[in-house]
Amino acid sequence: MGTATTAAAVISARELVVRRGGRVVVRVPELELAPGETLVLLGPNGAGKSTLLLALALLIPSEGELRVEGEPVRDKVATRRRMAVVLQRPLLLDRSVLENVVLGQMLRGASHKTAEDRAHTWLGRFGIAQLSRRQARTLSGGEAQRVSLARAFALEPSVLFLDEPFAALDAPSREAILADTAGVLADTRTTAVLVTHDRDEAASLGDRVAVLIDGEVRQIGAPEAVFSAPADPQVALFVGVETILPAHVTEVSDEMTRLDVGGLTIEVTDVPPQGDRFPLLLIAPTDVVVSRDDASGSARNRFSANVVRVENIGRVVRVVLDCGFPLVAHLTRASVRELGIAKGVAVVASFKATSPHLLPRRRPGVSTSTRV
Amino acid sequence: MDLIAQGLVEAVHRLATLDPEVLDAASASLQVSGIAVLLSLAVGMPAGIALALGAFPGRRLVLALVNTGLGLPPVVVGLVVGVLVWRSGPLGSLDLFCTRGAMILAQFVIALPEVVGLTVVAVQALDPLLRLQIAALGASRAQSLSILASEARLPLLTAAMAGFGAVVSEIGASLLVGCNIKGDTRILTTAIVTEADRGEFGAAFALAAILLALIFAVNLTVTWVQQRPRPL
Repeated sequence: MGTATTAAAVISARELVVRRGGRVVVRVPELELAPGETLVLLGPNGAGKSTLLLALALLIPSEGELRVEGEPVRDKVATRRRMAVVLQRPLLLDRSVLENVVLGQMLRGASHKTAEDRAHTWLGRFGIAQLSRRQARTLSGGEAQRVSLARAFALEPSVLFLDEPFAALDAPSREAILADTAGVLADTRTTAVLVTHDRDEAASLGDRVAVLIDGEVRQIGAPEAVFSAPADPQVALFVGVETILPAHVTEVSDEMTRLDVGGLTIEVTDVPPQGDRFPLLLIAPTDVVVSRDDASGSARNRFSANVVRVENIGRVVRVVLDCGFPLVAHLTRASVRELGIAKGVAVVASFKATSPHLLPRRRPGVSTSTRV
Repeated sequence: MDLIAQGLVEAVHRLATLDPEVLDAASASLQVSGIAVLLSLAVGMPAGIALALGAFPGRRLVLALVNTGLGLPPVVVGLVVGVLVWRSGPLGSLDLFCTRGAMILAQFVIALPEVVGLTVVAVQALDPLLRLQIAALGASRAQSLSILASEARLPLLTAAMAGFGAVVSEIGASLLVGCNIKGDTRILTTAIVTEADRGEFGAAFALAAILLALIFAVNLTVTWVQQRPRPL
């Protein structure tokens, strides 16, 4: 974003607007997709990710300029025939697996022989060659989604749209199919757009991540850049930063910014944005270290704290601390047991000066999205 | 009871000897109802798909009319079609009154709401996202419709069956517009009434047996197609 439209872009959108019942649900000033890249549209439910994907795939109406491989879209059907779409549900037709994979290719003018050969190749690639004669409606969810992916890749699209294709699968199928898809995307260098609300999925598949909130791309960049330096508090919350504190800059030196948070001093290496004296301080829960005594560690910021709440949230335990300001830490179950963490227990919380991130308190205008 | 027994004996006799009157009525029934149903499928299926998928003002009103049409009394249809094809009526110049053509027209009107209504239900039962997926595969509008119809093929067969059932057992409309001419517009149902009126219960039973056998044969075929086991 922020660069001029280049002929090389597989998809380029300008001033793209999607309305539903007259209301604007997605507004994207500019978005480009470079050949071979996987762009992940990440965001909470209802953010407009799927709507944006369907608009880019020409499956719902949109306003604005949309170019596919440099050409403005004149004939939607013809342009769709250069794309492929995999949705959350496999949506196979009530035919055999082979016929399902063949149909789209035939609609695009492939000969039956070519289509069948390609279908067998891709069914094999997704590990389901043995299912080609089965009726699609007899497949399991995981098998059906593999067929749906094989069907899409067999079309050899210029751009592949994946709308939460792994979301409805059980954990083991999900991991296996995710790994296969990542492998195929890497091998074929297929340009792809993937919608997900799963940060791990975004990190493992995306070359770039665009965070959508309320129908706007709030930030776009390499996954590690987006996750470590979210552009605004809502993005921060979505990428997992749970502690967002209003701070007061008391001193800025070459190496360190000193902040006052609720009467306590916090030192960070990040520089206040635009010289803002009242920025927001963001601390990721994985950056917080919790111990029972003050002896160990080299972290610059150390605070006595009380445990306010302990919550099991899947693989980690979320611990809410009161250090004079609220602070959230994620600990493993083992650490929680070892440290005897429970509500009311006194602990020491610490984090390095390099971990927190500073944001302006007011979110700048819509066009915050920057190419990182 | 004697009457029934006599009638059944005569029915068997007439069937065994291929009574021409019975055969004429049976073939007229098949022809009139068969053509009427095929026409109603040709018009009703695309209309039903369009109604199921389309968004246009008055769509609900049309759907309500179609549903009302499901209970349309055949005799009322016969009356209206009769007035239309009557020699001085708007379609009088076509000279259809008292012909199989007029009966086909009336039965078409009776079958059409059945086919449209059941097609709407069949298509609306499909996953709404399927349309999107089919478009994404690269289908044109016409290709999409034909793929969707093929997806809904089982319930669409039910629509065909219901349409046939509605017209083959209908009597009021055919009597009014076809005039029940022996050897021409006399079909199984009108022949049954005629024979029963004359006290010819044997003939009436024979015709009734054929009518039931015809309905059964058509439904058996369609059910067989619909329910045949699919290879795993």
